[in-house]
Amino acid sequence: MSESEANPMDIDYVSNLARIELSEKEKEKFRGQLGDVLKYFEKLQEVDVDGVEPTAHAFPRYNVWDQDIAKTPFSIDLALQNAPKSRNEQILVPKVVED
Amino acid sequence: MSSSTLVEKTASELSDLLSKKDISSLEIAQACLTQIDRVDGQVHAFLHRDDTDFLAQAKASDERRGKGNLLGPLDGIPVALKDVISVKGQPLTAASKILQNYISPYDATVTRKLKEAGAVIGGRLNLDEFAMGSSTENSAYGPTRNPWDLNCVPGGSSGGSSAAVAAREAPLTLGSDTGGSIRQPASLCGVVGMKPTYGMVSRYGLAAFASSLDQIGPFSKTVEDAALLLEVISGHDPLDSTSFPSEVPSYTANLSNSQKPCVLGLPKEYFGEGMDDEVRNAVDLAVEFYRTQGHKIVEVSLPTTELAVPVYYVIATAEASSNLARYDGIRYTTRSEKAKNAIDVYAKSRGEGFGEEVKRRCILGAYGLSSGYYDAYYLRAQKTRTLIREDFNRVFKDVDAIITPTAPTPAFKFGEKSDDPISMYLSDIYTISTNLAGLPAISVPCGFTQRKLPIGFQLIGRAFEESSLLSIAHAYDREHKFGCVVPSLVKE
Repeated sequence: MSESEANPMDIDYVSNLARIELSEKEKEKFRGQLGDVLKYFEKLQEVDVDGVEPTAHAFPRYNVWDQDIAKTPFSIDLALQNAPKSRNEQILVPKVVED
Repeated sequence: MSSSTLVEKTASELSDLLSKKDISSLEIAQACLTQIDRVDGQVHAFLHRDDTDFLAQAKASDERRGKGNLLGPLDGIPVALKDVISVKGQPLTAASKILQNYISPYDATVTRKLKEAGAVIGGRLNLDEFAMGSSTENSAYGPTRNPWDLNCVPGGSSGGSSAAVAAREAPLTLGSDTGGSIRQPASLCGVVGMKPTYGMVSRYGLAAFASSLDQIGPFSKTVEDAALLLEVISGHDPLDSTSFPSEVPSYTANLSNSQKPCVLGLPKEYFGEGMDDEVRNAVDLAVEFYRTQGHKIVEVSLPTTELAVPVYYVIATAEASSNLARYDGIRYTTRSEKAKNAIDVYAKSRGEGFGEEVKRRCILGAYGLSSGYYDAYYLRAQKTRTLIREDFNRVFKDVDAIITPTAPTPAFKFGEKSDDPISMYLSDIYTISTNLAGLPAISVPCGFTQRKLPIGFQLIGRAFEESSLLSIAHAYDREHKFGCVVPSLVKE
């Protein structure tokens, strides 16, 4: 039995990992579609990759350094212009600690 | 010169007319705006326009010309950008609701380079949301239509960029290509589109989809124009740590270098099942042209071809799920009104702000990276990616370029593939491998179907050898110029 058949995608678990709230209708639709996609990915399980190094970038570059020179950053206004909510030159978020 | 004549000119022709002072940049800009007014209600290539700013840039170019302070051959030529490339002070939506009010606080490096070259930057072009798709049907702001047949998709994800050139709304545009998102829409709209070698063009200021695959590249009517635009946007950029420190030769000056015979490889795996007969015939004719010009055509084999689509969708979705984590409802414009706590801010804002395909891919990506599946999916895909690269390395020992169809079919109808992700994913089957291998590739128009839908072929080159690739493409294009054929929509 292939892996995806043995473990069909638990859509509630994975959508929580991705921090995306889905409607019941979306969950139903994705379950079928992503099941098909995973079946399509099965091809990869047949490839002999023993001893093959993974490729993260086609032309990797390592230790890319920049000169340690101070530059003028965005002004506070510019940095905050796209924040959905801000106050006192800071981004406003819901309370994250308990009372 | 009438405005309808002006919009049919190539960028190189416009540049010549400007230097002879036959026309002004302002006239070109006005002709583009007239054309957009005339056809964009049907085509919907543009998501946003800033006519005042556009005309002001054109006037500034005319003033430079008057004083003899020209910045280069692109000075005064309009270039419109896919709505994932930052222009300071202009909106950037990535065709997503989640960025509906976003204003770029800085210029992308390509934008800065265009400004320094005097180009007149105008308009934000439609796309599949966050560049995820092959039809532009995934835009949150409605699809773009193919100027050759308004019932058909323009391809994607850079469908606005290809349609704008085809509909003569802009002589040049920029798009981005992660798995074919420049070349496939170029093919479906009958224009030239090129993905440079990974690292050749800076990604700084490009809204990221899959960072190890994304590249910005040009759309144009001719290969010559693509060379002109690529020359301006290429080059090492310290602001993008994956940008490659390599010299940018003058692509335009080297265009006519393909006089000497070269060896072109025909990968047998690309000419198998699933290809439309009219596409096959048109590509065969292009191959035949090269043969009659004295180039050697050899059959080659890229046995990993069938693995490219699954490898791509594991890697690209994994990178996307990570890249798009930044759209968290905190910093980027849109937060769910229903959010009560921190987790809610993330999950509800993203649930409301992302469209279906973006959600599907982020979830697929998160799955492929999740504990227990990482080795079977992500790591295995990265290893298979190595095999795909090795395939190309082997073939490029014997050939100068690889010639293939760009897309298996001409433009398809709206809705035809939108509920079948795999069928949609397969429309990139000929373009995806080059992103995985990082290689440069160009789609060149090579004719039409009986129903008058454009067809393109693809040339894939060696890494960082854009010059050679462009000159091989130009050898065909200067004799055929299918990208200069005007859709009836424009003539009417």
